[in-house]
Amino acid sequence: MADEKDREEIIVAEFHKKIKEAFEVFDHESNNTVDVREIGTIIRSLGCCPTEGELHDLIAEVEEEEPTGYIRFEKFLPVMTEILLERKYRPIPEDVLLRAFEVLDSAKRGFLTKEELIKYMTEEGEPFSQEEMEEMLSAAIDPESNSINYKDYITMMVIDEN
Amino acid sequence: MGCSSSSTKTRRSETSLRAALIIQNWYRGYKARLKARQHYALTIFQSIEYADEQGQMQLSTFFSFMLENYTHIHKEELELRNQSLESEQDLRDRWDYVDSIDVPDSYNGPRLQFPLTCTDIDLLLEAFKEQQDLHGKLDDLFLIFYKNGLPSERNPYVFNGDFVDRGKNSIEILMILCVSFLVYPNDLHLNRGNHEDFMMNLRYGFTKEILCKYKLHGKRILQILEELYAWLPIGTVVDNEILVIHGGISETTDLNLLHRVERNKMKSVLIPPAETNRDHDTDSKHNKVGVTFNAHGRIKTNGSPTEHLTKHEWEQIIDILWSDPRGKNGCFPNTCRGGGCYFGPDVTSKILNKYQLKMLIRSHECKPEGYEICHDGKVVTIFSASNYYEEGSNRGAYIKLCSGTTPRFFQYQVTKATCFQPLRQRVDTMENSAIKILRERVISRKSDLTRAFQLQDHRKSGKLSVSQWAFCMENILGLNLPWRSLSSNLVNIDQNGNVEYMSSFQNIRIEKPVQEAHSTLVETLYRYRSDLEIIFNAIDTDHSGLISMEEFRAMWKLFSSHYNVLIDDSQVNKLANIMDLNKDGSIDFNEFLKAFYVVHRYEDLMKPDVTNLG
Repeated sequence: MADEKDREEIIVAEFHKKIKEAFEVFDHESNNTVDVREIGTIIRSLGCCPTEGELHDLIAEVEEEEPTGYIRFEKFLPVMTEILLERKYRPIPEDVLLRAFEVLDSAKRGFLTKEELIKYMTEEGEPFSQEEMEEMLSAAIDPESNSINYKDYITMMVIDEN
Repeated sequence: MGCSSSSTKTRRSETSLRAALIIQNWYRGYKARLKARQHYALTIFQSIEYADEQGQMQLSTFFSFMLENYTHIHKEELELRNQSLESEQDLRDRWDYVDSIDVPDSYNGPRLQFPLTCTDIDLLLEAFKEQQDLHGKLDDLFLIFYKNGLPSERNPYVFNGDFVDRGKNSIEILMILCVSFLVYPNDLHLNRGNHEDFMMNLRYGFTKEILCKYKLHGKRILQILEELYAWLPIGTVVDNEILVIHGGISETTDLNLLHRVERNKMKSVLIPPAETNRDHDTDSKHNKVGVTFNAHGRIKTNGSPTEHLTKHEWEQIIDILWSDPRGKNGCFPNTCRGGGCYFGPDVTSKILNKYQLKMLIRSHECKPEGYEICHDGKVVTIFSASNYYEEGSNRGAYIKLCSGTTPRFFQYQVTKATCFQPLRQRVDTMENSAIKILRERVISRKSDLTRAFQLQDHRKSGKLSVSQWAFCMENILGLNLPWRSLSSNLVNIDQNGNVEYMSSFQNIRIEKPVQEAHSTLVETLYRYRSDLEIIFNAIDTDHSGLISMEEFRAMWKLFSSHYNVLIDDSQVNKLANIMDLNKDGSIDFNEFLKAFYVVHRYEDLMKPDVTNLG
């Protein structure tokens, strides 16, 4: 029992250091706060994938009573540690992602047209902003066919991430 | 019609909603990780930049040490050219010199006519635009002039320092600014930055640029620049409301003192004021008073304390040129840079109130968006060099002030055609560049790092936990970086999550100038090569690029004792001899230093370009 507790303590300590590192990179004024708009980036950089809705709730948890636009490390640390310990918001596996594209590609052509992609991404789910849409298009769309071969796209992105 | 088909419809739209959500979620995660990588790369660049500046400041103490001991010990051997002070005669000499410069008829570049007019500005701009090698900062200047117009009586400008170093066109920029200043002396204002300092130029590239571009007159130009820098104003106050300075302030900043100080006496951050200045003590035996170097071999000796600033005045200027704002209240030594301080919002309020000012505009720090506002809107950082560290690293910006209205910011990013690469590729480029220079740091401390790793590795397994590895890296390199997040880029990690620490050195090696050279020696010389270059330049009294074996030995002795370098003097001598760099008992130090460089592993240099679908 004691061993297990030690091990968990070590794990927690390691998580703390990891979270601190990720936090500090965005702490521009070196005063243990980050702009609330960076919280999503920080959480995702630690390997978690909350949806926008889940992110919204998390921010509410770590914000001050009266929101200042800044999140303090002291409030962020325990919340983030728990997320890591409980392995919450796991990233999307490759095959699930592929299936998602296949669902949208009802005609089973192996690709989506630019218009279709735009329609789905900006009208369904948690819609993309114009900036997000443009960015995804710039990397995903093959200019000649004006479509996205999603299987190739996913493969490329996965290689890139690793 | 009927229930079943509408529920199919609902089910279908539900699944497509879920599918869209999955894709969006995944994409946002991917984008965030890209952004984080970009920030990591920026952090690496910045940490190393500031660590270098700190190294530069540390040289200052070494120079004082060297002056005390070196000139004292080797006065007979060293030819101390007792130069007279800069005088009327020197001024006349300069005009004669300019007249005597022969510009051949074959020269088809811009020819300026004095007194200068705005056509001369146009001439220069046209000429520089046609140069083939325009990238970096000159492009930024052109863009600013294009967007905001050329300087004139109706379009005044303040340039807030750091016009030179790093970029390839520093002299062109300086020329444009100087000519503009001569044409519109009341409307174009130049502030001194910490890089308007001949000692900084030695390390950061401007000196090399001048000597390369001006083979005949380079040295003279450098001498003139040294003076020019010292005369640049330290700050500008706009409309009695806005203070514009390069770095920042401290809690003791005294604008009245700065206004009346004889700023031309501030030669370099590396030449601190003589200690005895304050009590006007001229103890010639110690030779402490007023012995100064400049980079061009003139060791001036003079006993007059009025040639120098007081310590207090000197520190005031250093604060202005080197300080950074931070969120924490108070005023603390700027440990990153080694000079100036960190000043908090309370300091800003105090100083602005004291002089009835509304805002502080400063530069000195690269910001991803080109500008940043802090201290409740009272401090603005403005940084105009886009892509400062690497293609895609940051935007540049300028600020436009109109009386009565709030300031407006204009951002830009000057890039080559590759700008239209997707974010991923730009981040890749930045990251590769940052990791590369970080590896160069790592290899330059291989011996110390290996020792530290082995100390932690009790079981002699060749492995450490990520935590232990990160601890060693941070301690030895002195860089506050997110080591855990970067570990996958820097070392091999086994399935258990342990680091094979010797893989920290696998992708790079220091080229050995000769086989017999001892690794530790080679590593040390590689590590200190920038510092050595500056020191050699300072000793090289006739700027010939050569120093005698005697000078080399004496300097090395001092250097190794001051920097606590545990290398046998005889080893260094042997190396110099083996390398056969002795030409009549002198060492060509540029050749000597060039022999110490790193080689990155081939595969890293030739990374395959992942073909993009867009």
